[in-house]
Parts: sequence; structure tokens; C-alpha cells
Amino acid sequence: MDEFSKINESCTWQELTEGMKIFTGGNSKDFNTGEWTTIKPFIIEEKCRQCLLCTPVCPDSAIPVIEKRRGPVDYKHCKGCGICAKVCPFGAIEMRQEDVSAT
Amino acid sequence: MNIKDRMSGNEAVACALRQINPDVMPAFPITPSTEIPQFMTTFAANGQIDTEFIPVESEHSSLSAALGAEAAGARTVTATSSCGLAFMWEILYVAASDRLPLALACVNRALTGPININCDHADSMGARDSGWIQLYAETNQEAYDNMVMAFRIAEHKDVRLPIMVCMDGFITSHAVMNIEVLDDESVKNFVGEYRPEDYLLNSERPMAVGPYAVSSYYMEAKRAQAEALRNVKRVALEVAREYEQISGRHYGLYEAYRMEDAEYAVVLIGSAAGTAKDAVDKLRAEGKRVGLIKIRFFRPLPAKEITEELRGVKAVAVMDRCEGFSDNGGPLGAELMSAMFTGGLDAYAVNYIYGIGGRDVKVESIETVFAALEEIRAAGGTEETYRYLDLRQ
Amino acid sequence: MIEIRWHGRGGQGAKTAALLLTDVVFGTGKYVQGFPEYGPERMGAPITAYNRVSDTEIRVHSNIYEPDYVVVVDASLLHVVNVLAGLKPGGAVIINTDEDEETVRGHLGGYTGRLYLIDARKISMEALGRYFPNTPMLAATVKITGVMEEHEFMGAMEESFAHKFAKKPEVIGPNMQALKMALAAVAE
Repeated sequence: MDEFSKINESCTWQELTEGMKIFTGGNSKDFNTGEWTTIKPFIIEEKCRQCLLCTPVCPDSAIPVIEKRRGPVDYKHCKGCGICAKVCPFGAIEMRQEDVSAT
Repeated sequence: MNIKDRMSGNEAVACALRQINPDVMPAFPITPSTEIPQFMTTFAANGQIDTEFIPVESEHSSLSAALGAEAAGARTVTATSSCGLAFMWEILYVAASDRLPLALACVNRALTGPININCDHADSMGARDSGWIQLYAETNQEAYDNMVMAFRIAEHKDVRLPIMVCMDGFITSHAVMNIEVLDDESVKNFVGEYRPEDYLLNSERPMAVGPYAVSSYYMEAKRAQAEALRNVKRVALEVAREYEQISGRHYGLYEAYRMEDAEYAVVLIGSAAGTAKDAVDKLRAEGKRVGLIKIRFFRPLPAKEITEELRGVKAVAVMDRCEGFSDNGGPLGAELMSAMFTGGLDAYAVNYIYGIGGRDVKVESIETVFAALEEIRAAGGTEETYRYLDLRQ
Repeated sequence: MIEIRWHGRGGQGAKTAALLLTDVVFGTGKYVQGFPEYGPERMGAPITAYNRVSDTEIRVHSNIYEPDYVVVVDASLLHVVNVLAGLKPGGAVIINTDEDEETVRGHLGGYTGRLYLIDARKISMEALGRYFPNTPMLAATVKITGVMEEHEFMGAMEESFAHKFAKKPEVIGPNMQALKMALAAVAE
């Protein structure tokens, strides 16, 4: 098991890594940073033309491309910045205050 | 094998660095440490070392580059003095908390102002709480020996902290004196190849250095860092024992000179210790029971060990080559006197500020300190526990 | 222990002479110390440098206040600096000057102790064609202080010049000549 997954807020000083070094790459997937906002993008599927403009502009890489098509929004990492809604030429993304914790 | 030579302190440190052949040296010149990078660039140009010398535009940059190189996995050294060290401040703390065992040759000089280029410990003393190991030399010989031992202490797995190897500006750095240096091969074998366990260029085990730590982690992180510094005492003595086998020169955390049966003692750091030894010998010849403790490690400070060394002494003068502006004395005075108090030492103690800004320290200067200690004992104490030596008033 | 204090002016090589003395005396196996008093670099300003030579380890790091010998590389300093300050009883003063003894003693306030006068300018101009007072003054100092044998000194200096002037060997001979002339010129 790597050191990273052993570190949490109940660790004693003896259990921390030397100099707080982190030895696991890509560990942001382990953190639910999507809870830092109250508004979220919602995609209106009928309006979406799969142009994929929303994907590269997302600062959190929260709109994946799966088999050449736009995938579902990753609400665990989306911070609700709304850039995707701004760039969508078809008005297919709406920002709404709505609970997505179950999504 | 020891080779007899004559060198200035700067030359001696550069000689040790040539023998160590570090991977990277970023540096920016400042008097009186300038000669060290100067020698190193000459060695590099002559092909005597394969150190990557990085000329930078400031000391903030030199330590930043050193930190980056060390994190990447390279054995790294830099050198500076005075305001140069002050300009490194921010990065000093980063290097220590990131547990990067790089070395810094600090040639002690006063901090401005008034503007002054001469010997004073204000620069490194100001950095005393940054988490670095601090090692001080009395002579060019000790500066050399300390530099050879530095990486072994800093890189030890129970330590992994940056190390500051200090010597007195001009007095030690520029005076040419006799010295015994080891042959290149002995130093190379003693210091060994640098093989860090984890480093940024290791693609097998990627890592991130220098993370943000929220309040729920910071305190534990600092306590862990303090433990590494505490380990220095044990590791430094192990390294010194091994070094003694190849050099014949013995080193401890501090040096006790004629302390057996001493009634009066002076505690100080650096080149003034040599002058003080002459004063001690002179007074001993007159039948006075006087002794000297010379600090070698100020970080970590062997405060308990020195307190034990002082047990039985009637009066002690702790001497600082820098002002502390605490209205209560300098840093060594404050720390040692508090250790003496918690250690239950029954002795009169005073703190002297001496030799700052290059003020010359004579044998007679130290004699007046011992005379003052006798007076204090005879008078049953003193109100004036914070004094200046050789001050016009 | 022998203690020597050098008085010169920035740029004349008094510091270099003190460090050269350290270098050559080291070769005899003695303990040596050579250091200048440091401050801002000022060409032409009075400077002081020091040497200690001893058969035992030198631990003291202070400046020298009671020298056995005082070397004055520039006679104009006699009017500026009290070169006699702290001179030990029986100590000697070595001065680079073309003036006669009586005049120099007058400059020194009627000093009656040991005094050596060396015309380093004349020696330097004759041997080198240029004014480098420190080389003749170094030779005179070695002879007067007796810190090492003359032949040892000449050997060490030849080696030092060979290293220093590796790219212009033609100046080694004239420099050695300046040393010889200075050694010959030493008379109380």
C-alpha cells in the first residue's frame, strides 16, 4: 500500500511522510472537490450536437470524451465555473442550483 | 593520508568541495564568501570537477536553484554571507521543511546597517530557527573538516536536513594558516556517492515535494521535522568518530577546553575560541581555574550536555558575536542561560556581546571577561547580566 | 613567536608580501599566519597586514598590537601612521626609503631603536624597470627577521615565481635579481 492512502487527519506526527512528500500521482481523483460550489452545469441532451467545445475549456477536466462523444459531467470535480455553458453554441448547458450529490 | 598545506579558510572549504565534487552549485557572489564560488568555477573550467555551476541573478535564486537541484536528486551546495543569506530567508525554511540535505557554506559577516563587511554572526544567527543544521568553525582546519563531514550528516536517513557550514568572515576566511587536508581519494571514499532514496527525476516512484498542509497537518509536520534535527546529535558523533579514523582529528558537538576543575568558564562560537584558549592558558599559568567551551553545533544546540559540562563552575560568561535586540542578550546567551536554569545549575551567569562588525578580540579582552566573572562571584551576583565587551563608553 | 606588522598603501602589494611570506615560511615546517586588516578596497589608502611565525601552533586570531618587526612599504606613511605603535623593546623597523638614517629617525620622532633602510624603488627600477616595492621588501624582511635561511627563501621564491610567471618566464630572472639586491642591501 502506498504512503498516500495511509495519511489522514488522525495520523500522528510519526506516521507522516518525510517532508510531507506525496508519492502517488493523480491523487485528485480521491478527493471530492465538486462540493466546493452550489451551482452546477446540466446538459440538455436534445440540444447537444456533440460539437465537444465544452470539453477542452473545462479547467477541471470534468467533461470527459468517451468513444468520441461527450460523456456525463463529473460532478465530483466540477467547481461550477460555468465556462462550458458560456461556450456552448447551442444553449445546451444550463447552470442550476440543484443537488447533484446522488449523481 | 594527511597532507600539510597552508590555505585561507575560503580556500580550505573550496578544497573540500573540489574533493567532494558535488553535482550542482548555484551561487551569487558576496564578500567575504565570494572566493568559494570563484575557486569552484576555476576547478570546473579546469576539468577538476564536473559540478554544474549555475550563475544566478540573486541569492534568492541561488538557493531556489539549489533546492530544485537537490529535490531532483543532485548533491548540491551553495555559498553566501550576510545580506546574501538574508535574501535567502524564505527558501531556507522551504529547504528544511522539504527535508532536502543540501549544504551552504556561510562565511559570517555583519548585516547592514551601518554597512559593514566584517565578521559578525548576525547573518546565520538570524537563520537559527529556519530548521537548518548549523556547524561553526574556529579555524581553517575546522572549516575544511566540517565541510567534508557536512554531507554525511545532512544526507543520513535519520536526518535529511540542509546544513550550514559557518566560519568567521575574514578572520578565518581570508587568513592563510597551516592546515592538514586529506588526499582526494580518502575524501571521496568517506563522503561516498549520493544515492537519494526518493528524488524527482526517479520515474519509477513519482513524488510531489513541498505540499500545502492545512492546520490539521502543519503541527505534526513540524514536530516530525524537529525529530530529524534532534537525530543530528547522534549522527554527527557517529560521522565524527568515522572521520577521526581517517584524519586523526577528534570532534564532538562542542569542545571543552581545560574545563576539568574550572571555576570560571567562557562559552563562545568561532575564531575567538582560539584567542580565548591563549587567555585560558595564560590565566591557568597564574593559578586561576578557568576554562572554555566552544560551540561547534548551534543547531541542534547541545544545551543539556553543555549544562552538565558547566556543573560545578561558579560563574559563566556566555558570549554572542551578534546583538539579539531582545534587551536581554544575544541568542546563545538566551538559549544557554535558559538551559542552565532548567538544568538547575547553581552558577552566576552573564551574557556578553563581543566582536560585532569585526571588532578585534584580543587575549586581554577575554582576560577582562574572566576578571569580571571573579568580581561577580565575589560580589555575590550582578544586576548587569547583559554586557558589551571592549565598548567605548 | 615572531610577529610582523606591514604598513603599505592599497595597490602596492603589502598584503601580497605578507601572504607570500606565509607561503615561503610554511615550507620550513613552521606554523604561520598571514592576514590583512580588511575594509573597503581603496587604492592608495593606508593598509595594514600581519604575519605570525611560530614553532608551535598559532591559536590567537587578533591583530598584532606589539610587533617584533614593523615593515613600512611606503615611506610617506611615516607622516600619516604611527608605525612605531606597540613595537616591542628590541624590535626593529624596516623602511623603504631613499632618505638617510638621520632624516628618517627625525620622521620617527627621534626613534633610537633598530632601524633598517632599504631603497626598494632603486632596486626595483634597476632589476625590473618598474616599481614593485613588495618583492625587495619581502627579501629584506626575511633576512632581518631570520624567519628562514636565505638559500631556503631564494629556492622557495624561484619556485613561486616559476608558478606565478609560467606564461612570462622572462620576468623570473629580474625578480630573482631584485631579491638578491635587496638581501645584499640589508645593513643596520
